[in-house]
Amino acid sequence: MMEECSKGSGAACSPKLLDLIPKEMEWAVAKGESGDVERSSVEIRKLELRLGLPGDDEWSLKNTNTAKNINRERDHHDSLFSLGYFNHGHHHNHHHHFHHHQPSHKAGSHEISPQVGPVAGSSSSSVWFNQQQQQQLAPPSSFLQFPTTTKAATDKQQSSCLLLPTVAKESSQPCCTKVGAIDLQQSPAEKKAFSPPAAPPTPANTAVANSSQKRTAPGPVVGWPPIRSFRKNLASSSSSSKQQQTTDSQNGNPNKKAATSDKPVEACKKGMFVKINMDGVPIGRKVDLTAYDSYPRLSTAVDELFRGLLAAQRDSSAGGNMNKQQQEEEEKAITGLLDGSGEYTLVYEDNEGDRMLVGDVPWHMFVSTVKRLRVLKSSEVSALSRE
Amino acid sequence: MNYFPDEVLEHIFDFVGSHKDRNSVSQVCKLWYRIESYSRQKVFVGNCYAIGPERVAERFSGLKSITLKGKPHFADFNLVPPDWGGFVYPWIEAFARSRVGLEELRLKRMVVSDESLELLSRSFPNFKSLVLVSCEGFTTDGLAAVAAYCRQLKELDLQENDVEDHRGHWLSCFPESSTSLVSLNFACLKGDINLPALERLVARSPNLKSLRLSRAVPLDVLQRILIRAPQLLDLGVGSYLHDPDSENYNKLVTAIQKCKSVRSLSGFLDVAPHCLSAFHIICPNLTSLNLSYAPGIYDNELIKLLRHCHKLQRLWILDCIGDKGLEVVASTCKDLEELRVFPSDPYVGQAAVTEEGLVAISRGCQKLNSILYFCQQMTNAALITVAKNCPNFVRFRLCILDPTKPDAVTQQPLDEGFGAIVQACKDLKRLSLSGLLTDQVFLYIGMYAEQLEMLSIAFAGDSDKGMQYVLKGCKKLRKLEIRDSPFGNAALLMDVAKYETMRSLWMSSCEVTLGGCKALAKRMPGLNVEIINENDQMEFVGGCDDDRQKVEKMYLYRTLAGQRRDAPEFVWTL
Repeated sequence: MMEECSKGSGAACSPKLLDLIPKEMEWAVAKGESGDVERSSVEIRKLELRLGLPGDDEWSLKNTNTAKNINRERDHHDSLFSLGYFNHGHHHNHHHHFHHHQPSHKAGSHEISPQVGPVAGSSSSSVWFNQQQQQQLAPPSSFLQFPTTTKAATDKQQSSCLLLPTVAKESSQPCCTKVGAIDLQQSPAEKKAFSPPAAPPTPANTAVANSSQKRTAPGPVVGWPPIRSFRKNLASSSSSSKQQQTTDSQNGNPNKKAATSDKPVEACKKGMFVKINMDGVPIGRKVDLTAYDSYPRLSTAVDELFRGLLAAQRDSSAGGNMNKQQQEEEEKAITGLLDGSGEYTLVYEDNEGDRMLVGDVPWHMFVSTVKRLRVLKSSEVSALSRE
Repeated sequence: MNYFPDEVLEHIFDFVGSHKDRNSVSQVCKLWYRIESYSRQKVFVGNCYAIGPERVAERFSGLKSITLKGKPHFADFNLVPPDWGGFVYPWIEAFARSRVGLEELRLKRMVVSDESLELLSRSFPNFKSLVLVSCEGFTTDGLAAVAAYCRQLKELDLQENDVEDHRGHWLSCFPESSTSLVSLNFACLKGDINLPALERLVARSPNLKSLRLSRAVPLDVLQRILIRAPQLLDLGVGSYLHDPDSENYNKLVTAIQKCKSVRSLSGFLDVAPHCLSAFHIICPNLTSLNLSYAPGIYDNELIKLLRHCHKLQRLWILDCIGDKGLEVVASTCKDLEELRVFPSDPYVGQAAVTEEGLVAISRGCQKLNSILYFCQQMTNAALITVAKNCPNFVRFRLCILDPTKPDAVTQQPLDEGFGAIVQACKDLKRLSLSGLLTDQVFLYIGMYAEQLEMLSIAFAGDSDKGMQYVLKGCKKLRKLEIRDSPFGNAALLMDVAKYETMRSLWMSSCEVTLGGCKALAKRMPGLNVEIINENDQMEFVGGCDDDRQKVEKMYLYRTLAGQRRDAPEFVWTL
């Protein structure tokens, strides 16, 4: 599979790959010094990565270069050599040389990692990257083992280095989910808000040691990750869960959060929180539907959630002049949410986007299709047309 | 060859199947062109705006089957505004007028109205097969027309469409005399289904081989259907909610046991996970399994199921499976050729798979040639290992949920990893990149990806050179789609003639300016250069506009049909 080095040039060893290189490129492997050329060509042969037998995975890698400092022409060279390891079918089980190169020189310099003996126990690949920064590799001297140390290093790395993902994560959640909830009918205004601005350098750039021109993903990103809309809503419209496996499976009890305009709860987590808003109260709440098993309980919970808020709202709209006693009087129970008898009625939005009265379908079916809840004034509800 | 009578040539050409080959055949000489044109029965039009339907009907007088694709690929991710275009009606209308003997219509990312479906069903008496993938614009009323009037309908396959459900009884519109159904897929429908009509339809369709149900079909109906149709090869379960102690479930187990022919299983749109054991009995026969619509199945259940699937060639799954689950797949599914791992939590969160799962798969599944992998993180080392283990990739699509994330261990860009992939996989035709990437990766792609036909780029590269490497190096490139990358006019205008060798180019949130696009359009009249200007982001006042303003979305494609006449207001063709 792995062709010998030449790509169409017919030659036998890696330098001949240069046939492909535009004429202006010099085969100057050295760090710019002619004196090093010879050394480099010798190095190349020694440093080339050998493909191991299956089960004997062994890798060396060239010094990875950062974009900023790359001389573009030399870059081309580097790439040839760096991928030279694919061009050899030798099996090689022994130690390689290990060289440190100064970080500033990318031209043609290679490094490979030492393979320090057989990998203990597993047949996992051992790879070692020499960094410019010579940084935080878990076993600093030699290699990273899959999967264990890689993971360990990863965990370590992630906490220290990556500001970008964190930034993206925090700000991406609300907007990305909104994107998910938006189908093709999204409003222009909304869309505008989510268009990624021109890439500014972010703090993460320093951690990544790359060109400051790097286009980074600013918080919320339209159309990312690249999955179809219905997949974004998948987790929230599922109607079963791990936690509820022991409960009545007849209903396929859901405990997944249904609202798509929030950060969706992952498939494997507890709790099914849906947003609930009430007319006249600017601040919404969230309610965990898994905490209830019936409509009356939900209704009570809604009452408790909003009673205080509603009273506070009335209070503020009345100029905040009520004394405590008046406030207590104002704080009356919100009743009749389910049967239309009260001042307010509970409705919900289902997974097809329709607004429905709460209470018609069996509880488990409700929980599996509800996306968000609303408490409307009963007078408004009668104006709603139902299908 | 000129001494052979035409019939002989025609007969020979019958053996030439693929569109590419037939296109080549037609270029040999006028005679061959003529014969090939009238004998071609299946036509593929990758961009519905590249040519007009009249010309197609005129050239291919024997046309029976046509495949049309409409919107650009990024439309799947809401990057293309609705009403952009891709209407199938003009095609159906033109074919009806030209009396094309249409038997099969396959559409992808097109706008299909109920009127077009009605026209379709009435205009082509031999119509047999309708396949709609990722389409929109129609309702169940349109489906009712197809059911009612396509007397010879064999295949109605609706894949991931956005269908407005009028809760009509379209299923009962299949006449009682209709017994020709071979394939019926309505899994994407959201509304209620006339269940008795469905059961009757299945009962009178002895040739039914493929049936994919929507979530409106409950377990008891499924069980009865399976009893009636044990000959099914492809089953999509709708809703799978039940009580494991119920009689229904026991009946289902019995019914499934009779379905020895099922090779492909999908669906589980609503699922109670711990009853999947009913399907274990058919797992050893499965070659295709799609559980990617079923977020309710967790790793344990999934793993138990997968352990039985020794013959699996195609697996679509959610990342709930985890790296551990992928290891089980690697050890069980030795024939696996295609794997897709979708995110269950699409935002940068706790994606359950990492580079380790991918490496495990690459070790165990030597036949793997197509992968779509959404993951939390990736490393160069992993990609290099994967490249070494699986040099047969034809499609390699990696999506790291955080789009510019570097190597999780070394913090380096992922240039080397992807470079390894393109160098090792000589037959690579499709590649999607993600993670932190510099111009270097494009250098590798330009150098090594000789067979590459489609490349998707997002948040990658440092300068115009990146795109230039690709345009210069990838000779077989047909589709290039780029978003949020710093490529500008220098790259766009480097080799304008190249775009006529390609189907299309999409660039959004890049550095190209209006002036650059105008220059391109001027030099290449054979291209439609469309600027998609939502929200009036740009000013285009004939002459007084500022050519320096950046273009938010540009889509260009080669065409023989000239500027399209159905473009909405926000699309300017330069």
